[in-house]
Amino acid sequence: MAKTIEELRAELEKALSEITGAADVEKVNIAFLGKKGYVTDMMKTMKDLSAEEKKTFGQVVNTFKQEATKRISERMEQLKAKELEAEINAVPEFDLSIPAEPAKGSYHPITLVQRECEKIFKSMGFTVEDYSEIVTDYECFESLNIPKDHPARDMQDTYYLDNGQLLKTQTSAAQNAIYGKYKDALEKEGKPIKAIFPGRCFRNEATDACHENTFFQMEGVMVDKDISISNLIFFMKTMLSEVFKKDIKVRLRPGFFPFVEPGFELDISCLICGGTGCPSCKHSGWLELCPCGMIHPEVLKAGGIDPEVYTGFAFGLGLTRLAMMKYGVKDIRDLNSGNLKCLSQFPDDE
Amino acid sequence: MFLSMNWIGDFVDLSGLDKLSLIKQFSLSTAEVENDIFMKGADISGVVVAEILSCEPHPASKKLHLLKVDCGEGEPVDVVCGAPNARAGIKTAFAKVGAKLGEIDIAPRDLAGFTSYGMCCSEKELGISEDHGGIMELDESLANGTDLKDVFAIDDIIFEVDNKSLTNRPDLWGHYGIAREFAVLANRPLKPLPTADLSQYKDLPPVDIKVEDPLCYRYTGIQVENITKNVSPVNMKIRLNYCGMRSINLLADLTNYLMLEMGQPMHAFDARKVESIRVKRFAEPFKFTTLDGVERDIDPNTLMICNGDTPVAIAGIMGGLDSEIVADTTRLTLESATFDAASIRKSSVRLSHRTDASARYEKSLDPEMTATAAARLIGLLQEIDPGVKVVSSLTDVYPFHYPERVLRFDKHFVDRYTGIEISNDRIVKTLTALGFGVTNEGDDFTVTVPSWRATKDVTIKADIIEEITRIYGYDNFAVNTAKAPLYPIRPDTEKTVEDRIKDILVKHFRLHEVHSYIWAYNDEYKGLGIEVEDNVRLANASNPNIEVLRRSMIPNQLCQVSENSQFDSDFGVFEIGRVVEGLNDKGLCDEHKKLGVTLFSKTKSLETLYYELRDMLALLTADILHRDITFKPMQATHSYQHPKNLNAVICGGQTLGEIGVVYPTVARRIDKKAAVVYAEIDVPAFAAVKPEEIVYHEVGKFPEMTIDLNFLANTFLPIRTAIELLRCPIIRKIGVIDTYQDENGKSITVRIVFGHDERTLTGEEVKAVTDKLIADLAKANIQLKM
Repeated sequence: MAKTIEELRAELEKALSEITGAADVEKVNIAFLGKKGYVTDMMKTMKDLSAEEKKTFGQVVNTFKQEATKRISERMEQLKAKELEAEINAVPEFDLSIPAEPAKGSYHPITLVQRECEKIFKSMGFTVEDYSEIVTDYECFESLNIPKDHPARDMQDTYYLDNGQLLKTQTSAAQNAIYGKYKDALEKEGKPIKAIFPGRCFRNEATDACHENTFFQMEGVMVDKDISISNLIFFMKTMLSEVFKKDIKVRLRPGFFPFVEPGFELDISCLICGGTGCPSCKHSGWLELCPCGMIHPEVLKAGGIDPEVYTGFAFGLGLTRLAMMKYGVKDIRDLNSGNLKCLSQFPDDE
Repeated sequence: MFLSMNWIGDFVDLSGLDKLSLIKQFSLSTAEVENDIFMKGADISGVVVAEILSCEPHPASKKLHLLKVDCGEGEPVDVVCGAPNARAGIKTAFAKVGAKLGEIDIAPRDLAGFTSYGMCCSEKELGISEDHGGIMELDESLANGTDLKDVFAIDDIIFEVDNKSLTNRPDLWGHYGIAREFAVLANRPLKPLPTADLSQYKDLPPVDIKVEDPLCYRYTGIQVENITKNVSPVNMKIRLNYCGMRSINLLADLTNYLMLEMGQPMHAFDARKVESIRVKRFAEPFKFTTLDGVERDIDPNTLMICNGDTPVAIAGIMGGLDSEIVADTTRLTLESATFDAASIRKSSVRLSHRTDASARYEKSLDPEMTATAAARLIGLLQEIDPGVKVVSSLTDVYPFHYPERVLRFDKHFVDRYTGIEISNDRIVKTLTALGFGVTNEGDDFTVTVPSWRATKDVTIKADIIEEITRIYGYDNFAVNTAKAPLYPIRPDTEKTVEDRIKDILVKHFRLHEVHSYIWAYNDEYKGLGIEVEDNVRLANASNPNIEVLRRSMIPNQLCQVSENSQFDSDFGVFEIGRVVEGLNDKGLCDEHKKLGVTLFSKTKSLETLYYELRDMLALLTADILHRDITFKPMQATHSYQHPKNLNAVICGGQTLGEIGVVYPTVARRIDKKAAVVYAEIDVPAFAAVKPEEIVYHEVGKFPEMTIDLNFLANTFLPIRTAIELLRCPIIRKIGVIDTYQDENGKSITVRIVFGHDERTLTGEEVKAVTDKLIADLAKANIQLKM
């Protein structure tokens, strides 16, 4: 005996209220609206009814069918919403108070300072040159107008090798080769020589917190017709202001280096006090930063360049010193120690 | 070197000028002045001339005396004094109540029951000398109550010039040369040095001097006797003391005074011991005792001053003990000489004995000074000790003269070098004031270098530029950028590659960049059991741990990794640095720039770590060169290399380096449990490989087909070879997705991707390829795993 509409309606409500998960809704759907469901059963009973009754009954069943569809889908939405809510609630609050540990690599601080300097000079049209660490007496001294009896050649300062070569004591050792490389372009095409050459240098001395036998410098030269002292001061001031990212005052004092004439010691206004005097500049307001000068005519000549036609300036920046200033490294030996506790602290430039 | 403004003031009138700003200007135009400037005498006041009227013993002390002192203020003052030379009738320096002596304020003070109203002072207490033997004894003619500062030059400004900044300026090693600079900076005239006229003695017998060696440029001698004074005048002592020199006795002080004044070292011999001066070297080494009592080894390169054949002094460095002036010396021979600078420097380095004299001689002193210095010293001596008698003529042996230097240049040269406008007048004025002889016609200049600048300092035109510009003042320069044509700058490939390698290793693989030394770390190698391989050696290293240059980046890196074994459970380091692979055929070091990478892991298997390193190298070549790498087994030849899994790294047909595992005992000493692998790549070789062009492939419209095949095989190589031999155009990609080891042996799962640009592949044509592959491999005894 088929159930009455009222019975079905009551049963539907009961079934819907009993189910707890969206997956059960489908079962209810099948039981009531499926091919073999209650509604179908009810429709089957219609064949025994009169045409009039069929019409009325059909309308009643259809109404129920629509109503059941609606109720089931409502219940479905309801349960889905509940499940989503449960899913959301199931995600715990993550503990951001646990310290982050980003796995990161590191550059050597010299690399970072060197790159920064290179960027500045490249932007001014300088080429970046690489040079060997082992050089000849000619490259390191002779071609740089350092005469045989100059104290710089004394055994205690230079690491000599048993084949007669030496570990370069200064990046200037590359000057001669660089003039050789570019002199044709200078003379024949009128291209000025503008080059920097960062590199590792060596001095035979005892090491302590302030002294290293292995350190980095960066030499720069510019050679053309009519390069002047005025240009030298301009370039040094501009370059150093870029390096330290502030307007730097510079001053030149006479300084003696065999490969320049005139030679200068360049001081910059103290980075800490700006020139008013503080302990870090020994109250002078100035820091001695780098030697520079007009390239000695003999040095140009040794490089195959006619000093009567061309002049140039050269300077040497201590990259190791810059890195120590920039990052506040107190013990110079940390830089060559390979100690990752020190060296892993430099993830990137900028 | 310490310098006295009073002394400078002897030669240039600086009155009315701000001395401190002149010193600053000197620092900017001539040589670096140290920051600390000493205002001598500023902390001394209230010290006057006073007469000791009476001197009674102190009843309770053996040392103390009770004095009545007249300090010019009417009533005598009671003073308690402990000086041994305190006695009635002498005049002394007296610090009145209220006086200041440095940190000390003089106030009435009880000494063993008596009150002292003031203090009699020694020279040391006044900062005049180191003499603390007793109170000062002053000239009786001085009026009591006269301020001591009116009697002696106690007030002075002392500044220090960094000796290093004077290396190239032999003329600045005495006050007279410094005064010349101040005269130019202050635009005031330089006074001539007061000297005795020695020509009056030209008929006296000469000193017997023979210069037998070219290393002596000039030797000037003169003899004096009848010296009665032994103590230097107070003002001379003050200057010596202020300039850092101890007062010894009149003669020693005079030679020191001359050295500080003119920069000319002088020496006084006892004329009894030095009768015939010979300047020469000896063929055989010998021992010689200098006046400081030290016995020194003299070698054949050392120039000596001798009495006949007996050495009496090391030329330019120090006199001998035996010829030193002693208490009963009555006649002495004064030496004023110039020697070869390099020879003096080398001798002093060899003897490890650097003196004030040698420091000056090694700067190439002006030989023209010697006779003037002798005349200046005799003049001072006669002034101090009027009874002194000159007993020889000024004997001057002058075998070597520096050539006169004349330089010619024009205004255009100056303009070009400076980049600013400096007038002809200014050029002439500056150079003339510095002592240069200048003639100027139109824009042409002819300049004669003065003798004191001509020994090495000013030799070329560019040196003249320095003279003009430093006096002009670098702070006064207008600064301008250069005018130069513009050209593109092509970055150096190797440098770019190097930077990219660093970026990939740091950013992608989180390695740490380190630096290590260029030499082998002997002690650390020993600790790890790595052999120090023979190579080019340092000829003069002072540290025994530093001896041989490194042949490879890896051993030093392993030492550093070992030091860091507690840093983390997993880490990797790298360095781009230089190694030396012996000598090339020209006898020069065969230097190479290498990348060294070492990975350390306590959590991964050796195999996993090795593949990780392999993948790093593969990404370097894929990213930078757009190329794959291949490997070729190598024989281990170094103590740190594991004999297995050592492979050459090949890319673009070039061998770039090697990848390997660290020898087990070495690895265990680094860490008992860690896996350690390394790779070393030649950077220029890497950079020399031409990157593959990037070619764009249209993405196919037709689906690809992926087939996985599982083979029983120990290595992938034969499978890959077999696939390559198929030369099948529809194979797009091959790879290994898994390797597995079980009781049946090792199996490898190969993934092959098939595709065609113009149509969808059929199962049959793909199966035909895989069947052929399976059959080929079966022939090579590699079976498909079911």
